[in-house]
Parts: sequence; C-alpha cells; structure tokens
Amino acid sequence: MSARAPVSEQVHVEVVHDHHEAGHGSRKAYITGFVLSVILTAIPFWLVMAKVFPDPRVTSFVIMAFAVAQIVVHMVYFLHMNARSEGGWTMMALIFTIVLVVIALSGSLWVMYHLNTNMMPMSPGDMRNMP
Amino acid sequence: MAQSHIAAADDAELHFYVADEHGHAEGGTMLGFWLYLMSDCLIFAILFATYGVLGRNYAAGPSGADLFDLKLVAVNTSMLLFSSITYGFAMLEMEKGDQRMTQRWLAVTGAFGLCFIGLELYEFAHLIHEGATPQRSAFLSSFFTLVGTHGLHVTFGLIWLVTLMVQVHQRGLIQANRRRLMCLSMFWHFLDVIWIGVFTFVYLMGSLS
Repeated sequence: MSARAPVSEQVHVEVVHDHHEAGHGSRKAYITGFVLSVILTAIPFWLVMAKVFPDPRVTSFVIMAFAVAQIVVHMVYFLHMNARSEGGWTMMALIFTIVLVVIALSGSLWVMYHLNTNMMPMSPGDMRNMP
Repeated sequence: MAQSHIAAADDAELHFYVADEHGHAEGGTMLGFWLYLMSDCLIFAILFATYGVLGRNYAAGPSGADLFDLKLVAVNTSMLLFSSITYGFAMLEMEKGDQRMTQRWLAVTGAFGLCFIGLELYEFAHLIHEGATPQRSAFLSSFFTLVGTHGLHVTFGLIWLVTLMVQVHQRGLIQANRRRLMCLSMFWHFLDVIWIGVFTFVYLMGSLS
C-alpha cells in the first residue's frame, strides 16, 4: 500500500511468442499414429471375423470402444489436434460438434427405437384399412 | 465502496500479453477449413443416424451379414490407412522443402486413394448385380447413401490432389501451395476418421448376426 509507483511503471508488457509448428507432426508421430491405427483396426476385424465372443452385443461394445480409441489416435497424431492450436478455437469447434453429433445420434436412435410404443394404439382392423 | 474498488485496481499489476503469432502466415484459413470439416462431420452424423434407424429394415431382402465381404473391407480400410500415412510423409517433405519427394508421396497417396475408390465401386457393382440395389430396402438405401457420400468425398479429394500436384509442379512449394496442401491434408485425414465410423458401424456391426 505504501509508496506506490505510478501506474505506468507497473505495466508489464509480455510478448508471448506462439511457438506451435503450424500444425505439423514429426515422422515419429506419424509412424506412432499409423502403428496404433493398424492395431486398433486389426483387432476389431479379427474379433468379428473369428467370432471371438459368442454374444454379438459384447462384440459390438468392444469394437465401438476400439473405434472411439482409433478416432482419438487419428485426431492427435494425424490431425494434430491439441488445446492450443488456433488459440483453442479448433478444440472449441470440435467439442461443439461432438455435442451436436451425440444429440443427433442418440436422439434419433432413442426416438425411433421407442416410436412403436409411443404411437396411438391401433387395432389390426384399422391397420388393414390403412391407405 | 466504489473508491476502495478503484484503489484495488490500481494496486494490481497490469499485465498486457501481446500474442505475436508469427510462423503461420495462412491467417485464419486453417481455422476456417476446420469449421468446414466440422460442418461436414454433421452431414455424416445425420447419415449415420439415418443408417442407425433404418439399418435393420431389410424388407425381407438381404441383410448385411449376407452381403458384406469383410476381407474386401479390410483391404479397403488398409488402402485408406496407407494413404493417410503417405500423405503425412508428403507433408513432412513439404516442410523440408523437397518438392520432388513431396510430389512422389502425393502420387503414392493418390494411388492408394484410387485403389480405395476402385474397390468400393467394385463392391457396389457386385451388390447391384446381386439385386441389392438402393431401391431394395431401407437398409440398402441408407447404406448406399452413407458409404456413397464418403466415397464421393474421397473422389473429390483425389481431384483436389491431382489439381494440387499440377500447381506444385507449375509454381513449386510457394506459400499458397503449402496452405492448400495443408487444407487437403486435414480433409484427407478427416475422411479416414469418418471411414473408422463406417467400417465399425456399417460393416463390422452389420456382419454380426
């Protein structure tokens, strides 16, 4: 509180250099992404073609998990996604898109799956007389 | 109350951050192109949702388990994956400024892309020959729309690739061409991301009985 310097002297100007290499990976990153992708592609194909799990629902969930993992690998190693590129706006746009995609997909499936139960009851006679 | 607030503001050291964004002269192009890709992503989301709803309505016609040849799809997937890594190598050569190697890797990428499109067209022709046309059932309509839209994107990507190879040949790796190549790079990798969804949801899950 005591002996304050004039405001102008307290002003710090910091120049922050934005040192991201304009959206390029290294050879190592590309190879890593490629190897991971091959593994994450080969396993689901093997699971389905060799019928590893007797229950198809188990297989569906497992291959969906592999798909999500591979999409993340592609985003990081091939599309060079991170929270800093373009001042974080690409990440914001991506998150917004993911929200919309999840609403569109889950909403469509949920509504259409329950469509039959939510329809007005109809007798078989009415059904036959449908145009 | 207000006076004490002003005093506090005076006390606090003022920091100004001047973000000096050198090193990417492409301006907002990358961000703009990313936004385009996100909107394209929404188109595919709707097509996936349509397929998710209609994909089991066979109308007493053939199902995915009857039609899909997973070995062919595996080869197709590897073609697209190889084209992604070769495009990555082209970008690395572009960074080094090696025009000849950039062009070579782009040509290899184009060859893999052509193989992908060729195999997909072969598959479509085979399905239609067997009577599994888009008109046969809701499942096949949504299947052809989703996979066909992806294939159309890859086709336009190939046309774009050839155009850029001609431009790089004529003018070299100038800043404008680098920017264009980076946009196509994002487009190409994005199509590979969509294909992950296609082979998982359509082909693999469709082959499960």
